[in-house]
Amino acid sequence: MTDQGETISTNWFSQLAHPGFFMRWSAYLIWPLALISAVLFAVGLWFALFHSPADYQMGETVRIMYVHVPNAWLSQFCYGIMAVSAVGTLVWRHPMADVSMKAAAPLGAAFTAMALVSGALWGRPTWGTFWEWDGRMTSTLILFLIYLGLIALWRTFEDQLRAAKVVAVLTLVGAVNIPIIKFSVDWWNTLHQPSTFFRADGPKAPASIITPLLTMTLAFTVLFLLLHVLRMRTEVTKRKADRLEHLKIARQQKAS
Amino acid sequence: MIDLGPHATYIIAAYSFVFIVTVGLIAVTVSNVTRQARRLERLEAERKSGA
Repeated sequence: MTDQGETISTNWFSQLAHPGFFMRWSAYLIWPLALISAVLFAVGLWFALFHSPADYQMGETVRIMYVHVPNAWLSQFCYGIMAVSAVGTLVWRHPMADVSMKAAAPLGAAFTAMALVSGALWGRPTWGTFWEWDGRMTSTLILFLIYLGLIALWRTFEDQLRAAKVVAVLTLVGAVNIPIIKFSVDWWNTLHQPSTFFRADGPKAPASIITPLLTMTLAFTVLFLLLHVLRMRTEVTKRKADRLEHLKIARQQKAS
Repeated sequence: MIDLGPHATYIIAAYSFVFIVTVGLIAVTVSNVTRQARRLERLEAERKSGA
């Protein structure tokens, strides 16, 4: 890259790192994301509940897949976002990277909880049990506990910049669990079926099942993006308000 | 309403749980947006007025 190219790239990167700039461009995303998500949910639920056939083996319980798989996907996708943000915090000290990490953790915990509960409710009629300590389920439960641990860690530190470094390191350590979740069904004997959707050789299911699954996955993903942007904006606002609050207390102490 | 068969309870329970958590997540997020925006507005007004 030329010197000029590097300067343009660095300027663009520093501009993105500015919370004020983030607040400006992200404001334009909120309503389009909300609208797209609402439309996708309406279409996806119509397909999932009224316009898709029962499975020849699982019967009507296949419909649980349309809420289970999107949440299971987001439980890992959200962690991926946090791991990339953790790199941003540790390597570039990007001001918005730790905001992104902090905003994503509760969302990841919620999506993982939904994946675990919907999976258990799908498992009972399909396998005859709500829970089995197999590779996929256990590693997903560990992911949920990692999310809770990271949320607790953010709350432990008053200095959020110091917290960001500790959380970033632990987020990257916890990232080792993501490939374990993904490949657990291939590495170990498990009750959980192998992936039918996210496969290198393409989805292994008929279009009547792929269509609602894909639509619901997109709906949940767009909702995640919307909530992530909103939570990041809230965190930026909160930090600004915290600074003003500290200044106010300092002024009052000086005056008294 | 479609016939969900003999395992309707599990299907309804799964959709209900996901619905409640999703709506809760949206409600908490929107409430935090509003709360922090009002807090910032109040603190900025106080700073301008010198309170």
